Amino acid sequence: MSRSKLQIRNLHKSYASGTGEVVALKEVNLDVKRGEFLSIIGTSGCGKTTLIRLIAGLSNHYQGSIRLNGRSIVGPDLDRGMVFQEHRLFPWLTVEENIALALNGKRSADKGALVREHLDLVGLLGFEKAYPHQLSGGMAQRVAIARALINRPEVLLLDEPLGALDALTRMNMQQELASLWEKEAITMILVTHDIEEALFLSDRIAIMSSRPGTIRKVIDVPLLRPRHRASHNFVTLKEEVMKEFHIEAAETPQDSYEI
Amino acid sequence: MSTNWSLAKRMEKVIDLLSPLVLPLVIIAIWGAATKFGNIEKVILPEPLQVVETFVSLVRSGALLDHLLASFVRIMKGFALGTLAGVSVGIISGFSRRVGRLLNPTIAFIRTIPIYAWIPMLILWFGIGESSKVIAITMGVFFPVHLSTEEGIRNIDVKYIEVAKILRLGRLFVLRKAVVPAALPFIITGIRLGLARAWMVVVVAELIAATSGLGYLISDGRQLFQPDVMVVGMMTIGIAGVAMDALIGRIERRALKWRVRFEGYREASL
Repeated sequence: MSRSKLQIRNLHKSYASGTGEVVALKEVNLDVKRGEFLSIIGTSGCGKTTLIRLIAGLSNHYQGSIRLNGRSIVGPDLDRGMVFQEHRLFPWLTVEENIALALNGKRSADKGALVREHLDLVGLLGFEKAYPHQLSGGMAQRVAIARALINRPEVLLLDEPLGALDALTRMNMQQELASLWEKEAITMILVTHDIEEALFLSDRIAIMSSRPGTIRKVIDVPLLRPRHRASHNFVTLKEEVMKEFHIEAAETPQDSYEI
Repeated sequence: MSTNWSLAKRMEKVIDLLSPLVLPLVIIAIWGAATKFGNIEKVILPEPLQVVETFVSLVRSGALLDHLLASFVRIMKGFALGTLAGVSVGIISGFSRRVGRLLNPTIAFIRTIPIYAWIPMLILWFGIGESSKVIAITMGVFFPVHLSTEEGIRNIDVKYIEVAKILRLGRLFVLRKAVVPAALPFIITGIRLGLARAWMVVVVAELIAATSGLGYLISDGRQLFQPDVMVVGMMTIGIAGVAMDALIGRIERRALKWRVRFEGYREASL
């Protein structure tokens, strides 16, 4: 198991609610390989966000083990970057100040150059002085990605980062994420409820079921990159995953046109 | 067409500029009519014109400026001290739960006692000179500033704190870059309330014991049956207060330019 970057064993997480104890995660086991793109998909409330927040180190109350490079995770650290569903940029800071914020402590002389380099990476050169409220949702999320990448994390955690974007922007951003992943060679873990998004981006997809949240199945996505959403193999695989969620496609894969 | 349109736009600007004056003019008109046609004694309510004359003569003699300056200096001392103390204690007691638990119940207890109830005590301790007045103003400013600063600090969205944790930002850095900027709208509102409070306290303190200041001018006017002097004193306080508040408003807009603010609907209808 030394090849795996992230190792989750018998993870169990429960929290107290008004009516008693709620089990959010039960017996979760997962291995993420170095440089892999792994998606976790499931319906809302299945515990997928809880899982990625535990990997991020935002909560320490759990049983079982989460190990990164063999070391137990005890809290957030710069080896893991995170992008949330909302961009979470500080509205009182400009784009460049928001990204530079992540470099706190590091008194690097070329802070500005580093910020610009990462703005370039997400295609936002020229927007250094803009405030978050002047950006579109997609642009703001690009800034959030740049902020998460500037500390060169080993693992990038993506908690439904494209969930709030419109369908067209989302597809655009999926392409950007795919090319970022190839360019930067960072291990990425994406939480999503979008099957197509998971198929478009991932090497493997972990399917979660809810109550209690657990990983039901991990499937390989043996599709060549760059991927095409309309290709036969893509569609076939998509139907396979949809079946996991009891969503049946129309009777025949071939669409019938009304003429 | 375009000239018509810009004319309409210019008209709107003029209306926007003049609309704050409508209510004062109506009030002055009613006041003038009441003194002219109503059966009101001049020692109860002076005519508007009489007030203007008194104002001019008080300006000419320099007395009004002296009184205004006396009040203003007291206010600035107390306002500066109270704001400084209120913001710093508010930031600390908002940022640290333990300090908050230590201080807040006591602060809440003292806050509920009207500052005016403190003035006799403060005179007893510090005499009838400047210090008792400045301390009273400081106290009057401190409480609203402290309360809104702390509320502002506690009001920051936890989502930003999570980002700070993910990025491993130091606490002081978070305070500087996230918590205080997020609280700034609250802090400035507190400072505005504090300034209004400073004017109230200074006038009360000057009514009780003083030989200068606008509060003293009003109290002197009452003793000499000069209601016109009283009105001049009151109006000067109002104008000075509005001017200082407008100044803070300008600073606020500059400091909070990152914010998209609701400016109210243009139309009056619901």
